[in-house]
Parts: sequence; structure tokens; C-alpha cells
Amino acid sequence: MGKKTNFSKVNAGSMADIAFLILIFFLVTTTIHSDSGIDRLLPKLQDESEIGLVQEKNILRVIINEEGDLLVDGQITALDELKETVKGFLDNGGLTKHDPEYCGYCLGDRSIISSDNPSRAIVVLSYDRKAYYSSYIAVQDKLMAAYNELRNREAQRLYGEDYTVLETKFVQPGTSDDSKILIKAKIESIRALYPLKLSEIETK
Amino acid sequence: MSKFSKKKSGELPPVSTASLPDIVFMLLFFFMTVTVMKDSSLKVENVLPNASEVKKLEKKDRVIYIYVGKPTQEFQKVFGSEPKIQLNDKFASPSEVGDYILSERAKKSQELQNVLTTALKVDKNANMGLISDIKQELRKVNALKVNYTTYEGDAFRNLQ
Repeated sequence: MGKKTNFSKVNAGSMADIAFLILIFFLVTTTIHSDSGIDRLLPKLQDESEIGLVQEKNILRVIINEEGDLLVDGQITALDELKETVKGFLDNGGLTKHDPEYCGYCLGDRSIISSDNPSRAIVVLSYDRKAYYSSYIAVQDKLMAAYNELRNREAQRLYGEDYTVLETKFVQPGTSDDSKILIKAKIESIRALYPLKLSEIETK
Repeated sequence: MSKFSKKKSGELPPVSTASLPDIVFMLLFFFMTVTVMKDSSLKVENVLPNASEVKKLEKKDRVIYIYVGKPTQEFQKVFGSEPKIQLNDKFASPSEVGDYILSERAKKSQELQNVLTTALKVDKNANMGLISDIKQELRKVNALKVNYTTYEGDAFRNLQ
């Protein structure tokens, strides 16, 4: 009989429906945005008492109370003034020209009651247990902004490129290993000019 | 009889839908590659604060998440409305954070164990005391790399 050789085709019309179903499943169960945030390295448990040896002029004390108000070196400061205050403190370079640790690249006021040079300057952040996390993050953000602006300035002067741009280039997947080594050297030299020295204390 | 007179006038052939599965599959593969699975459902309120000086968390497999915030409406009856820590799918006290980090670290492969980051996803209305306790626990288990996960935005919006 001729009929047996006449194979019927598999109906592929429902393929689209099945694919749609899987597509919708993935749309529902997944998230597209990637997380971002402020990176911090916590201190090790051992080195607690370092701050005792530092001169008072090299310390900038930032205190957050439970209302979210800021006290910077004894003065009530608004959040939008914080960045400039921190920049002024870090960039002060108070040592005299003859001192071996004189900060040649600093553009600050050279005041003798503020920090000696950026690598000695320490920001001490203390907060009340009842302070809101949002104000803590706001302060951290402004501190980071102060550091980034100073670092950007130096990176522009030395390499004609922003520090933050260098950092994003370093983590980009497209960057080759050779240029990564170069970028890393640049990043480290800039970081050495303005090292991030941040200490946190919880007030009780 | 010309060749072209065969065409019937006016009637359009139906649009072929044979390529529809291919298109949908393409979409499907796109979404499969660019997205990540949700790993746990949130039991706490989690409105993150805003910050502008942020860095991206690049590799998902190197991140351990800790959520902090008020329990959501349905859990408030049982757990109260004080901010709580959520680890995986359950509420925890600060003292359990260390064990959690250690067990999560043990799950990762050997070469990743030293480069793990702890992402703190904390609600903006949580108190610093709790965060400080968590950080102390993290220091005890030597999980020092921390990322305060935030939304990208102006930090002044945190103050409202």
C-alpha cells in the first residue's frame, strides 16, 4: 500500500509556546541588575591600639550622633561641607620644606595645626549605636569622594587620566593582562600618594 | 499566456510564523546569559541607601550576602519590628554570622576562598549598632573584605 510510506511531519507549531513559557520563567526568576556599593577592608582583630601613637593634629575626628548630625573636629558640620573639610585636612601638608617627609604635591593651606602629610593623616569615624545606617553610608560616601577627588587630581597630573577611570579599566573584562600590570602600577602609585587611612570606633 | 498571469489578484499569502520559535529562543538565551537566579527570597525590608562613589561587585560567585532590615509585614507578628539579620532564608542573631560565613566559605572552591567578599545589604533605617556587631563577627572569622551594597544616587537623599 502507498499510504505507509507517507510519513506525517512532526508538528512544530507548539515550539514557540514552549519557548515562550521557558522565557517567562527566566524573566520571573532572575534579576538583571548587578550590585554595586562601597568597598571596605575591615581591620584585623589584633591591631586595635594603633591610634594611640598618632599626633592629634594628624587625626580628623568625624562623629555621627543618633540623629545623624555630624561633628567634625569639634565643629558641627553639614554633610555637604564634609567633603571639602576632609579634602582640606588630607591635602594640608603642614610640614616645613626642609623636612624629608614634606608633601610636594599637596595644594592645601600648609597649616601647622592640621595634618603633616597625606600618608600620616587619619580619619577617625565614630558613630552612635543608634545612628542610622543611611547617615553612616552618606558619610562614607563623602569621605570616599574626598579621597577620589584628590586621587583624580594626582592621576590627571601624572598620567593624564582619572584615578576612578583607571580603577574601572582594571576590573573590566576586556583589559589584557599586560595593560593590567601597567594600570595596577599606576593605581598603586596614586594610592601611595593618598593612602586611605580610616579608623572606625563605636561610641557607647 | 504570460508567466506572470498565474498570480491571483489581491490575495496575500499568510505571514509565515515558522521563524517565531527561533526568535523566542534567541530571546530566551539572551536572558539566560545576562541574568542571575534569585537565590533567596527576602524576609526583611531592604531599601538600600544611596551612594555615588560605588564600585561594581563583579563576580557573583565570590560574594556572600547578608541582609539586614526590619522583618516584612507578615513576619512582624512573630519576630517584631526591630531590624534583624537574614542569612540565606532565615533570621539570625549576630553571633550566628561567623558560622554562616565559615560554612559559606567552605562551599566555595579552594582558589576562591581567599578572595571572597561579604556584601552587606542593609536597609537604610537599620541602626549602626547591629552593623557594628556584624562587622565584629566578620573580623573574628577573618572575612575582612566588605561591600556596603547601595543604590547609585546622591548621598543627600539618605537624610530624608
